Amino acid sequence: MQLEAMYQEVILDHYRNPHHKGLREPFEGEAHHVNPTCGDEVTLRVHLDGEGQAATVADVSYDAMGCSISQASASVMSDLIIGKSVKEAMAVGDEFLTLMQSRGQDVHPDEDLLEDAIAFAGVSKYPARIKCALLAWMAWKDATARALGETR
Amino acid sequence: MSLSEANRAAWEAASPEGAGNLLPEELKKDFPLLQRTVRGGHPLVYLDSGATSQKPLRVLDAERDFYERHNAAPHRGAHLLAEEATEAYENARASIARFIGATPAEIVFTKNATEGINLIAYAMSNAATAGPEAERFRVGPGDEVVVSEMEHHANLVPWQELCRRTGATLRWFGITDDGRLDLEHLDELVNERTKIVALTHQSNVLGTVPPIELIAARAHAVGALVLLDAAQSVPHQPVDVTRLNVDFLAFSGHKMLGPTGIGVLWGRSELLEAMPPFITGGSMIEVVRMEGTTFMPPPQRFEAGVPMTAQAIGLGVACEYLAEIGMDRVHAHEEALIGYSLERLTEIPGVRIVGPGTTEARGGAVAFTVDGIHPHDVGQVLDDLGVEVRVGHHCAWPICRRFGIPATTRATFYIYNTLGDIDALADGVRQAQRFFGTV
Repeated sequence: MQLEAMYQEVILDHYRNPHHKGLREPFEGEAHHVNPTCGDEVTLRVHLDGEGQAATVADVSYDAMGCSISQASASVMSDLIIGKSVKEAMAVGDEFLTLMQSRGQDVHPDEDLLEDAIAFAGVSKYPARIKCALLAWMAWKDATARALGETR
Repeated sequence: MSLSEANRAAWEAASPEGAGNLLPEELKKDFPLLQRTVRGGHPLVYLDSGATSQKPLRVLDAERDFYERHNAAPHRGAHLLAEEATEAYENARASIARFIGATPAEIVFTKNATEGINLIAYAMSNAATAGPEAERFRVGPGDEVVVSEMEHHANLVPWQELCRRTGATLRWFGITDDGRLDLEHLDELVNERTKIVALTHQSNVLGTVPPIELIAARAHAVGALVLLDAAQSVPHQPVDVTRLNVDFLAFSGHKMLGPTGIGVLWGRSELLEAMPPFITGGSMIEVVRMEGTTFMPPPQRFEAGVPMTAQAIGLGVACEYLAEIGMDRVHAHEEALIGYSLERLTEIPGVRIVGPGTTEARGGAVAFTVDGIHPHDVGQVLDDLGVEVRVGHHCAWPICRRFGIPATTRATFYIYNTLGDIDALADGVRQAQRFFGTV
């Protein structure tokens, strides 16, 4: 059965007990993303400490509605990037994107960088679910760009 | 005897008429794709015909035969192949017309139901600058267009856009708690300002079949046009346009055993006669000069460009195949499947049906939620077992908003589905509950 490969225990744990969930103040950037094929939604806020790429991600808070994969991904992501600089966090995001676009091929992801997010490797074999795993990451990139004043 | 078999035996005993109405399971053999095994050897259980149906060999053969022996552009040229292609294309139109009780001149080929509905919406825009014969299609500020909250996006967005372009106002019927159309404000909603009422003939999510006769009578009493989105009705129930008392009806070929890329817009001939075109170009013209062009009568006026000939021929054969089975029998078969699935699903703790809980005025879309498990995850477990359902909002997002749910899992049935398919669905839902630990 393929299911266990996709729904790793780590994913189910984060789904049942999501970390950093709920919208909090203060925040400098907010983004609302939807997955139009299934209706999953996330509203995500970023609170930065400092300026530009060197700023520290002081908080990521979110309100999300969706499947186990999208919920767990938001939880794992916030764990991973809070406390990192924007530049470091973007690098983690890029590595995660590479993993998700691997279609299950062996891409040797950086396990030290991805930590719990490595559990999503099985999801990359299901093209229909990749968007679920990426939803929060895309919202975070967007919210951060807004916080840095790159877009409005 | 397994639990599923025991359930089936109990249902058959309780519903001898329903069981007797089922089509023979051998029908499945006409569909090459349904012989597949998937996801590690599971026999394929295809419960997504509401999205698109599978195709019988006869339809596939008809398309192949056209390309191998008769391929040419119809209604152009005078060589033998062009004659044969034209004849095959027009014979398909005649078969399809017969299937819904229409005359061939009232059958306009489109890409799908979506394009058929857009054709009317854009013809109504274009009426603003057309001649006096198009008067009754004109829409502007102060006019109203009526739809419902249970429409597929295909019968909602084109009307939102028509209203945006013309300044008309969009209004809609709501949905009752049990998934029926809320008709309480019918006389107020459909009034002398209403230009067109565009409704689903069978909801693709709830399965609901609205009382079209009642609504059409009111619409016509105030001089409004009536369009039916028949994408989910023509494939599944007998439809005779001469008895429906509506003005337009749109459906897609691929949902009724036909190929993709072919759909039908049926319209009452006096309306099609008076209606300006949507897409213009070759083969819809009468006389072309640099200063301007006159158009062919319908249906050619609405079929610009080389048409989807092989697809039309495939759809013609699909209609003949369905007519041979008999649409009454198709409908009775599906009604039995719906009844059985409602019973099998509602006996599972935590499963809620979104839509009418009985088979009355209801077609074969059974949408449901499972407490504590997102539909995407339900669908993933089912897929792992070879059971293919649809998950999401099914292109009818306002229905989810109406019921305050993010999405649903939806099973839809067709002639090739069996009671065993529904057992596999119900067993899969229980498997999902065990996997996610909600029971």
